[in-house]
Amino acid sequence: MTRKPQKTKPTKVKMSKKALLEIKALHVTVDGKEILKGMDLVLNRGEVHAIMGPNGSGKSTLAYAMAGRGGYEVTKGRILYGGRNLLRMEPEERAAEGLFLAFQYPVEIPGVANTTFLKEAFNAIRKHRGEGELDAMQFLKLVRQKTKELGISDDMLRRPVNVGFSGGEKKRNEVLQMAVLNPDLAVLDETDSGLDIDALKVVAEGVNALRSPERAMLVITHYQRLLDYIVPDRVHVLAGGRIARSGGKELARELEEKGYAEFAEAAA
Amino acid sequence: MAGNSIAVRPFVEQFAALKAGLPGTGVPWLGDLREAAIERFGDLGVPTPRLEAWKYTRLRPLEKTAYRAVGEADAAADAGRLPSVLGAAAGHRLVFVNGRLRPDLSTPGALPDGARIESLRDALASDPGALEAQLGRIGVLDGQPMLALNTAMMDDGYVLRVGPGVALPAPVEIVFLGGTADEPVACHTRNLILLDEGSRATVVEHHLGAGKGAYFANGATEISVAGAAHLTHHKVQAEGSGALHLATVHAEVGADATYEGFCFATGARLSRYEVGVRLVGSGANCSLTGAYMMRGDQHCDNTTVVEHTVPDTSCREVFKGVLDGKARGVFQGRIVVREDAQRTDGNQTCKTLLLSDRAEIDAKPELEIYADDVKCSHGATVGAIDEDALFYLRSRGIPEAAARGLLVRSFLAETLHDVKPEPLAEALEEMIAAWLSQAANGEQHE
Ligand SMILES: Nc1ncnc2c1ncn2[C@@H]1O[C@H](COP(=O)(O)OP(=O)(O)OP(=O)(O)O)[C@@H](O)[C@H]1O
Ligand SMILES: [Mg+2]
Repeated sequence: MTRKPQKTKPTKVKMSKKALLEIKALHVTVDGKEILKGMDLVLNRGEVHAIMGPNGSGKSTLAYAMAGRGGYEVTKGRILYGGRNLLRMEPEERAAEGLFLAFQYPVEIPGVANTTFLKEAFNAIRKHRGEGELDAMQFLKLVRQKTKELGISDDMLRRPVNVGFSGGEKKRNEVLQMAVLNPDLAVLDETDSGLDIDALKVVAEGVNALRSPERAMLVITHYQRLLDYIVPDRVHVLAGGRIARSGGKELARELEEKGYAEFAEAAA
Repeated sequence: MAGNSIAVRPFVEQFAALKAGLPGTGVPWLGDLREAAIERFGDLGVPTPRLEAWKYTRLRPLEKTAYRAVGEADAAADAGRLPSVLGAAAGHRLVFVNGRLRPDLSTPGALPDGARIESLRDALASDPGALEAQLGRIGVLDGQPMLALNTAMMDDGYVLRVGPGVALPAPVEIVFLGGTADEPVACHTRNLILLDEGSRATVVEHHLGAGKGAYFANGATEISVAGAAHLTHHKVQAEGSGALHLATVHAEVGADATYEGFCFATGARLSRYEVGVRLVGSGANCSLTGAYMMRGDQHCDNTTVVEHTVPDTSCREVFKGVLDGKARGVFQGRIVVREDAQRTDGNQTCKTLLLSDRAEIDAKPELEIYADDVKCSHGATVGAIDEDALFYLRSRGIPEAAARGLLVRSFLAETLHDVKPEPLAEALEEMIAAWLSQAANGEQHE
């Protein structure tokens, strides 16, 4: 039932010291269908990259493959994270090593209180890093501070994870988890979808608070508006299973005007 | 006879050989009760799946294993260090080894005036007449061969009597240790709980077994909860892995009285917890809650019959099982609402979490309603661990085994959140954690 955690040896590769994430010629198949067909991406520490692209182009597939979801089979290529082979790690190890995915569709878990969940996750990661666990009181103090910053009610902490949360509340809860777990690499999969304008600002502030020279972020979005608040260093268009075009932040605005028509060929 | 007559013989012979030495010999009514019961057992036979009530549970161990009756030496066995699910919270503790009271291991303590607890043997020795009207009254033998066998052979057990208006300030803990004999033995333990008008008590039974050997615990409990009285009756079943554990509980609940039955089970090779509750006074109320965790080739049967006989009675049943390996669960829940029982509120749920695709559950709810103004519902669900939830937890850094454990515990939570006293709730948490850690280590996975 339990898979043996695989020991991951640091992979010796020549890469720039700054690169936190290197995706090389990545092919991912879901249910026998190839979705990613040779995708490349380099994300350096301190950078924020945005990924845009038409519906169904494989943005979430990329995010899930990075997080290690079952059924997302990497058939070719590799992902290096901090110079290590990310694909050889169990999902929990990826998280403990500082990878965080804010889900496009957060999962409901009846019967598990949100605080219990956060505390288990927080302490599991601390344990992995050889740090001491926080007790209930210490942890609550930490969480309270974050919920205050993010405008999240105590009620949402007590309730079972995401159960009965509105769409926007679920997204805020993802950002709360990110704030508590303090990742090195955050992948936000349409965290802005379903948020009202005030919530969008709060979420963006939460994300910006994490920006640092050591960390990096991959922001998947359909909307320019989020990128007004979280200004990206690079913008990529994912179409046809690979990065079809990359540019600066102005690319997002251009896409918003013109749509993805020019990539239709790549997607076909 | 739909039962198995071959498996009957050894017990009938044992009875003939032993009856002169059974407790209460020389008490005419008791002798008659035993004789009538063994005859009934002979008529009914050992239950087989041909009987509707035993459709999913076959008492194979009774066909294959010869169990001898327990004797003095078995009862005197070294009990080792016995755990307590209540610790210091247990005000009164009786310990039974292979079915017999062990005064040297028991600490009955002082009960308030009007309340007494003692062994069945002691009760029969001191004042058998006081039990005449009670023994065999609530637990009727119709269609109950194993109860009939228990009635014929009853050897010891506990008798708790609480007088009118008396509330026991501390819970009573009863420990039943089996499996210490070097060959298969059968213990027919008979318990009696009698709560008079307006009294209150909490009884916690802990059944456990030493070793892996075969033994047969055939227990029966008769319970009377008189008007406005309240009984909390918890049971922890952690018998040894070779045990056959049958527990027949019959309770009668009076007006505005409450019976709360709870059973947490992880033990025994084959177990059946059969509870029959008759709500006989208006405003009578009962709750039956079960949680069980089984693996390997364990078989766990929960069978309930709740009978609403008068207006305005209610019952809530929740049974939740976690099954791994090739384990098999059975839930049979019958609700009977008699003609007069208007405004009955009956509600039953059975939920099962299958951790392996070879595990199995048979759930059979049965509603028998003769009144027209009633609110009765039942529901059964079966599912596996939610893979999306599991991935979500793991993606936050929670190791797979811990994530599975969290999901299993959240599944059982509903059955546990009302468990009091606190030390028992903690003991159950520990038992669940121990069960889960065995799963994580891959023990007993074939
Ligand atoms: N389990 C699955 N079985 C079959 N196809 C799948 C499965 N999961 C995803 N797909 C397909 O993979 C493709 C990529 O899906 P993905 O969710 O990665 O797109 P996306 O770029 O995130 O789209 P959106 O912008 O709508 O979120 C889609 O065509 C989708 O239908
Ligand atoms: Mg998507």
